[in-house]
Amino acid sequence: MTTSHESENQEMQTSVKPSSLADVANAKAPKAPGTTVLGTGLETRGVHAWFGKHHALSNISLDFAAGTVTALIGPSGCGKSTFIRTINRMHEFIPGAAMAGEVLLDGKDVYAPGTDVTKIRLQIGMVFQKPNPFPSMTIGENVLSGLKLAQIKADNKDDLLEECLERAGLWSEVKDRLGAHGGSLSGGQQQRLCIARALAVRPQVLLMDEPCSALDPGSTLRIEDTIRHLSETMTIIIVTHNMQQAARVSDYTAFFLSDGGPGQMIEVAPTSEIFSRPQDSRTESYVTGRFG
Amino acid sequence: MSTQELVIPQPRQIQTEPRRSDKVFRGVVTGGGLSSLAILGLIAIFLGYRGFEVLRQEGIGFITHSDWSISTDDAGNVLDSHFGLAAMLVGTILCSLIAVVIAVPISVFSALFLNFYAPGWLKKFLITIIDMMAAFPSILFGIWGFLVLMPSVEYWAKLLHRYLGFIPIFDMQVPVYTRSPFIAGVVLAIMIIPIITSVSREIFSQAPLDRIQAAYALGATRWAMIKAVVIPHGRSGVVGGAMLGLGRAMGETVAVFTVLNIVFQVNWQMLLGAGGNVASLIILKFGEASPYEIKALMAAGLILFLLTLIVNAMANLIVKTTGKSGR
Repeated sequence: MTTSHESENQEMQTSVKPSSLADVANAKAPKAPGTTVLGTGLETRGVHAWFGKHHALSNISLDFAAGTVTALIGPSGCGKSTFIRTINRMHEFIPGAAMAGEVLLDGKDVYAPGTDVTKIRLQIGMVFQKPNPFPSMTIGENVLSGLKLAQIKADNKDDLLEECLERAGLWSEVKDRLGAHGGSLSGGQQQRLCIARALAVRPQVLLMDEPCSALDPGSTLRIEDTIRHLSETMTIIIVTHNMQQAARVSDYTAFFLSDGGPGQMIEVAPTSEIFSRPQDSRTESYVTGRFG
Repeated sequence: MSTQELVIPQPRQIQTEPRRSDKVFRGVVTGGGLSSLAILGLIAIFLGYRGFEVLRQEGIGFITHSDWSISTDDAGNVLDSHFGLAAMLVGTILCSLIAVVIAVPISVFSALFLNFYAPGWLKKFLITIIDMMAAFPSILFGIWGFLVLMPSVEYWAKLLHRYLGFIPIFDMQVPVYTRSPFIAGVVLAIMIIPIITSVSREIFSQAPLDRIQAAYALGATRWAMIKAVVIPHGRSGVVGGAMLGLGRAMGETVAVFTVLNIVFQVNWQMLLGAGGNVASLIILKFGEASPYEIKALMAAGLILFLLTLIVNAMANLIVKTTGKSGR
């Protein structure tokens, strides 16, 4: 009993020592906002969300500069997923869901009356927690499915297919079996296929809702590589429970917390600062593994 | 480690001793399951036993000829008889195919509407109405079809004949538009819409949410999402529902008997007022049939029974082969 307890403690110390996460976060050169020309980015102003009478999310105002990766961290149930689903208007599919505030993409409110919601979702792509390729389609058809669904014409589909799979880090593994069904791939490959599928419609922003939580460590690392490459050309917002992952891939980190009431954003800062000198004691407790 | 060679054992026999309550429950459900099989088997045996004499007498002519006549002397002895079901079998297939062709699109669209477009209160209301339709007595459908539907369907039949008359099944020599297989098919279609709708609705509602969300997140409109996710998922279920409907249409008796002009002549022209189906033949002749003719009607019942079995077997085959993709 005693020995197992000790080793557990040791593991805790080595894995979530704040200085090690800060080191990881510092190892990347932080990207200054606005250095890339990818639109003017995304901004949320005073976003609230409700499920029926339940107030799930309160007053989130965040800037996502173009070409940056922002990680959303925080314990389960604090509204991180709800928040990113308000950004591409997937929130409204849940019966009884409501929201307030503004989500501005290139300065335009995506909730403005008369907005074509399908166009918004083309500009703001999404990758889900569980890989969800279309099983009735082949690998190639899956990648290009967004074009078909949104009735977009592409001139050179073969080039687009290769480009998207290449960017998602999957091309070398599937180039000889593009006609196979999407379900024949492993979980990690399916998730990268879903990333390739999201890229094919050329979104400005990519939302990722715990994209690695169902994957093994090797696949996780490959997807993190992919995220780093993608951030050169698009704005990425990633929800993660893995603080190592947040430290490895993100430029900025926002910490969400719910104290029994609606989820709130406690703090947002460059990732290295969140992990080395958080301003709020609750953030510090969370990133050092004292709760959550 | 050790130098000893590893002896690979035989796989062990794994046995479980179920609890008493489990054994009792297994007995009850086995009884339930087998009783339906037993009832079906007994009906088939009964029909075969009663109809055997006629089947042996008529041979293959029982399903290839289409006359139905019997003459007896005053004492009731059979002098001469000809029994052939060809016209009735053709009519059965024709009427039920017309019904399925009309009912499937309507049912699929209403299932899609109920699942993806209708607001909550309307959905509940419509589901109740459609379920009530399934429980509606078929004689009322028949009478309504005869009195109300026929005059208006006649008009459509004339249009079909005028503009599509070059296709053999829309052609006709004599302009008799009333009591045609087409009208019977329309009545049957209305009768089988509830079952096909309810099966389709069930399967569409099971379309996986994560794929629906994936499609929406890619900028799909609702219709594009339905085409990409819901229909591939539900295709085999819709085929299954259509086959259930087809089975019901083939066995329908009273509604067809009320509407259709029963004529013992093979007629593929669906607009012409002549036709029949096996079940309506039985109800037509049963009341005044001599003992020998009743045997012929039992044989007809057996043939209908086999036809239904064949259709169901085909349905299973179709569901199996189309069900592989899309799940």
